[in-house]
Amino acid sequence: MSQVPIQYFLIVSTIMFFIGIYGFLIRRNLITILMSVELILNSVNINFLVFNRYLFPDKLQGHFFSLIVVAIAAAEASVAIAIIINIYRRFDTINVEDVNEMKN
Amino acid sequence: MTTNLLMFILLSLVILVFSFLTIFSRKILRAAVSLLFVLVATSGLYFMLDYQFMAGVQLTLYAGGIVVLIIFSILLTSHINQKFEVPGLMNLVLGGVVAIVGATLAITSILKYPFKMTTEPAIKVNMQEIGNQLMNTGYNGYALPFEVISILLLAAMIAAIIIAKKGK
Repeated sequence: MSQVPIQYFLIVSTIMFFIGIYGFLIRRNLITILMSVELILNSVNINFLVFNRYLFPDKLQGHFFSLIVVAIAAAEASVAIAIIINIYRRFDTINVEDVNEMKN
Repeated sequence: MTTNLLMFILLSLVILVFSFLTIFSRKILRAAVSLLFVLVATSGLYFMLDYQFMAGVQLTLYAGGIVVLIIFSILLTSHINQKFEVPGLMNLVLGGVVAIVGATLAITSILKYPFKMTTEPAIKVNMQEIGNQLMNTGYNGYALPFEVISILLLAAMIAAIIIAKKGK
């Protein structure tokens, strides 16, 4: 297990995080934006667990933090999808550029 | 090259390739399935770290729950065969600059930082240890965050039902 250096894990999760940021910036569909957010949260989770395993194997803090992050992600996804379905009912689209009623 | 390293390279390749596909796929259902592959490969990484409990949570909650929720909402709100329009060139370039600069900064600081392992002996991570610490109110106990997260989940679920309910 400890033959893989910690930096490799961190680099993979960093690249995943910024792919998520990129998708968040370029996509115009609400569900795709939600998927980018899931990617970001997931990469953060990897970091918590890797730090827990490699730097502080005598404690379980990373474990519980990532457990809490997973729960937050579930709550966030369910509320976001409820809002998306409501938006679709009202505007017949989930494109963020067409949903700007509050701007005017 | 050891088996561990080989396995790690395989899993991280799956993660990176399918994260790219999640972002760049122009059909939304394909993007959701790529997200599923990313999450399953991540749970493989957790198995590599010897954290079976978190890998199980990842598989059941993320890959089983959230992806199914997302696919449901795709089926409710989108036409399956419709392709997204290609994002504007300016948007692509500026987003790419932000992502690449950020990633370069983070990776250089990761490579520079000297990570030091603690000298304490490692504990054995099993279900009993996790349960004891999660329900403990003393030192190393996480009872309060556990209760807070339960209340938050309950509130979020009720809010989701009320928001999605047909109004008036």
